Amino acid sequence: MTSYRLATGGLIDRQTPLSFSFDGKRMLGFEGDSLASALLANGQLLVGRSFKYHRPRGILTAGTAEPNALMTIGQGGRTEPNTRATMQELYQGLEARSQSRWPSLEFDVGALNSLFSPFLGAGFYYKTFMWPAAFWEKIYEPFIRKAAGLGKASYEADPDSYDKCWAHCDLLVIGSGPAGLAAALSAGRSGARVVLVDEHSAAGGSLLSETATIGGASASQFVAETVAELASLSNVQILTRTTAFGWYDGNVFGAVERVQKHVLDPLPAVPVERLWRVVSKRAILASGAEERPLVFGGNDIPGVMMATAMRTYLNRYGVAPGKHVAIFTTNDSGYALARDLESAGVNLVAVIDGRPDAGFRYSGRARVIKGAYVSDAHGRKALSSISVWKNGSVETLKADALAMSGGFSPIIHLACHRGAKPVWSDEQAGFLAPTGLNGFELAGAVNTNSGIAACLADGAARGAACVEALGFTASVATFATVEGDIVAPPAKPIWKIPGIKGKAFVDYQNDVHRKDLALAVREGYGHVELAKRYTTNGMATDQGKLSNVNAIGLLAEARGVSPAEIGTTTFRPFYTPVSFGALAGGHFGHHFQPVRESPLHDWAKKQSAVFIDTGLWYRSSWFPRNSETNWRESVDREVLNVRANAGLCDVSTLGKIEVCGNDAAEFLNRVYSNGFLKLPIGKARYGLMLREDGFIYDDGTTSRLEEHRFFMTTTTAYAAGVMTHLEFCAQALWPDLDVRLASVTDQWAQMSVAGPKSRRILQPIVDDDISNAAFPFLAAKEVSLFGGQLQGRLFRISFSGELAYELAVPAGYGESVADAIMEAGNPHGIQPYGVEALSVLRVEKGHVTHSEINGTVIPADLGFEKMVSQTKPDFIGKAMLNREGLTAEDRPRLVGVVPLDPKASFRTGSHILAKDAAATLENDQGYVTSIAYSPHVGSTIGLALVRHGPERHGEEVVVWNGLCGEFTAARLCNPVFVDPQNEKLHV
Amino acid sequence: MASLVPCPHCGARPKEEFTVKGAAQVRPAPDTDKKSWVDYVYLRENPRGRYEEFWHHTSGCRRWLVVIRDTATHEIESSCDAAFAGQTDART
Repeated sequence: MTSYRLATGGLIDRQTPLSFSFDGKRMLGFEGDSLASALLANGQLLVGRSFKYHRPRGILTAGTAEPNALMTIGQGGRTEPNTRATMQELYQGLEARSQSRWPSLEFDVGALNSLFSPFLGAGFYYKTFMWPAAFWEKIYEPFIRKAAGLGKASYEADPDSYDKCWAHCDLLVIGSGPAGLAAALSAGRSGARVVLVDEHSAAGGSLLSETATIGGASASQFVAETVAELASLSNVQILTRTTAFGWYDGNVFGAVERVQKHVLDPLPAVPVERLWRVVSKRAILASGAEERPLVFGGNDIPGVMMATAMRTYLNRYGVAPGKHVAIFTTNDSGYALARDLESAGVNLVAVIDGRPDAGFRYSGRARVIKGAYVSDAHGRKALSSISVWKNGSVETLKADALAMSGGFSPIIHLACHRGAKPVWSDEQAGFLAPTGLNGFELAGAVNTNSGIAACLADGAARGAACVEALGFTASVATFATVEGDIVAPPAKPIWKIPGIKGKAFVDYQNDVHRKDLALAVREGYGHVELAKRYTTNGMATDQGKLSNVNAIGLLAEARGVSPAEIGTTTFRPFYTPVSFGALAGGHFGHHFQPVRESPLHDWAKKQSAVFIDTGLWYRSSWFPRNSETNWRESVDREVLNVRANAGLCDVSTLGKIEVCGNDAAEFLNRVYSNGFLKLPIGKARYGLMLREDGFIYDDGTTSRLEEHRFFMTTTTAYAAGVMTHLEFCAQALWPDLDVRLASVTDQWAQMSVAGPKSRRILQPIVDDDISNAAFPFLAAKEVSLFGGQLQGRLFRISFSGELAYELAVPAGYGESVADAIMEAGNPHGIQPYGVEALSVLRVEKGHVTHSEINGTVIPADLGFEKMVSQTKPDFIGKAMLNREGLTAEDRPRLVGVVPLDPKASFRTGSHILAKDAAATLENDQGYVTSIAYSPHVGSTIGLALVRHGPERHGEEVVVWNGLCGEFTAARLCNPVFVDPQNEKLHV
Repeated sequence: MASLVPCPHCGARPKEEFTVKGAAQVRPAPDTDKKSWVDYVYLRENPRGRYEEFWHHTSGCRRWLVVIRDTATHEIESSCDAAFAGQTDART
């Protein structure tokens, strides 16, 4: 026989049938069903195979802790593996598929694993590492791979959207059972901002499974009225389908709301899940208690179920678990189920109560067997009978469903997320949350209350106390009398049941049975953290919600100590699995990170630029023309054209920082190694910024626009870092200096116009005189453009070594100004050039970038010793620059390098060997930092950091690339390949 | 996942808005002996417990703060603007 739907009862809407499928089989359920209740109503007891032994498994719980009924829901990109059927609301058209079975659920080849079970005990995985080695790759690994794993994720993209949001409140209440509802009511009535979250589809918690009445009304009616009142309060927010999964620093809670996981076609404009971060001044955990399974043989056979779950299916969903039901309990709660089953007309075979002295006054018809245990359940894909052990004799009873209750464990996970350890209580027979959680209170069953009335009273009192502590005036909500309330005081747990013959499971999801734990203790892994890893108990997706306390109890018995001495493993977020989608929120696809486009991006696009990612920036790399098919053709042309005519390059991505204030010059003097106090107004200066340890941090030009106003540029890569560094210097190191900083990188479109014809091109555009006399090298000033139509900033600085200008205009004008320059330059042969050509030009000129300034380099290494002021009393890096290692004679220093054969080449990162030296680490003399093909020189050229480099110009060396086995004969030379006398800069 | 840092200018803000630099040490005077400088640049205490650190409200007011927190519990004792770190009444 099997489970079935009762003719009446339950909170389901029998007028609204829903059609769904399980493994392709069409079934009917009702609105209000969970997938699990609908499956049971259809008599589907077998819902999955276990992980290791592929044993047939049925639905065990009616909630979060479900270890067996994991299914794959949905199609295509919406495929969601490992969905707990107990948490999944039924909807029209739902498609569910079982997992961990092949080729089918009914006939599963993997079940053969059961035959090998002696070899698959605790630690078998680790033992495969030990012996025999040859077996690993061919046998163990493929075998374990195939057998292991739960559902399969889809390769298709998720079509749905996810969102993240914040909530702020005075009181967060987690759980909406009797304690949570009462707490929210007390607090809500006081006017405090309350957020009430519950992970189920409707508020009410255990009340929805109750047959007790409150003031004559059904428990569900009481819930409806209470929720209606809470909903009417504008200061209360109720979030159902929302799991609070973590407690974080500063009383921030993480929660995930399943907004549209209960519909076939989610509305595209609404996210399917929302990740909440709830900042709450106080919080109440009203998470209830988890019923513990009992560890007897065959306790995993479909038809065996938790007693409270069976009660939920019966009362909330109108589903009977079978025709002949037995109850195995260690506490009074089992009698609530007994009462409800009998009033629903289900045949109750027996109540097996482990306590010889059980004193509950049971008035039903069923036989009560005290001081007895179910030692074994029998059946394969469904329960057929049970063995009842009493004082050494065994009686067999026919039953098609068996409820079990091994007592209750408070659900304290969240209370332990910030490091506090649970405390074992013999009196409560469970682990309790530590006290003194500072702003986080427990109420209801998690706080060791039992029964509806006690939970209501506890919740109401704590809700009021929490908001009173925040200054609200609250009164404790009171409630009508509860009739039919069954209070189950904590009973002595029974870890080890006598007379067991079959496999008795502790962790259902990871197939850990009682003997595995005993083995772990025997083999020296009896510590709770070791036993966890050795047996994998508690390591499945359910994180041991049902199994951990039983495992601890069994370890304690095996070691002959109290569970208090065993302790628990560590509770960490997340309480239940959270989807990657929810964690990613909107940050996926091209929203994964922002894209920074230069103000000249569209101009570059028009010029057919090929772009390259540079951090978040897209920089124009080169500009192919006509028949060019290879990037080198374009780059060579662009380089030669800059040297012969002129080019326009977008340099807007360089960092730009405005430095103002009466002490701006003094400030710059302290952050640069070279002097800035005497920089005249209207002049630019190349500056070297060191780190406090003496190494170069960044470089750039800084111009004095006014007495107390400077315009600094940084490299593209270090723009943000330099800004942060300057802010640190200004705020933390020298707050007494009058200096203000503003990042203006995005405010200016900046273009370099370089080449011998650049002045002729720019002069018609710039109203001011830019002749060499009026605007010499390193001049910098605000200029008028286009006959007074626009103000810009013009700098006579050069990265290419040619006569060059950098023109900055307000970002919005960038594109039209670039267009105008291109038009004006057309007769002079102007062409755009990209960062590749820019790099060639700078290597030819021997200018350094972060390829050379690589964190190991001090100014003298690059020939910048004169840029280290000897007169300034202080600057960042000064004190450490005189250290032994930084003043050593043989530091690698900047030098040029060219191949002897112009057709030969070498790579960046290659090392320098003396001409006849063997290729060994000991003979390594330095390395190549940058290379380029120089159309000007007619060969590859490189910059390198080489020991005694500047003294070795002309020396023949070997460039050695040990990775590629390349040796290139080369010569060290002056690193400035173009215009070493700097004549072009001053024309 | 989430936690809040009190900013004296912006109030409690999520920690993702901040960048932590490390120990809030006092920069030695330029002529201080070499050992003090080596300590300042390279050596850090690694206490379990109370720790003073520089935090930058990078995605907020962009002020540097001195945040005192407990490295074991993550409890933040106080924070103040780094410019006023020496002044006793600057702490929030």
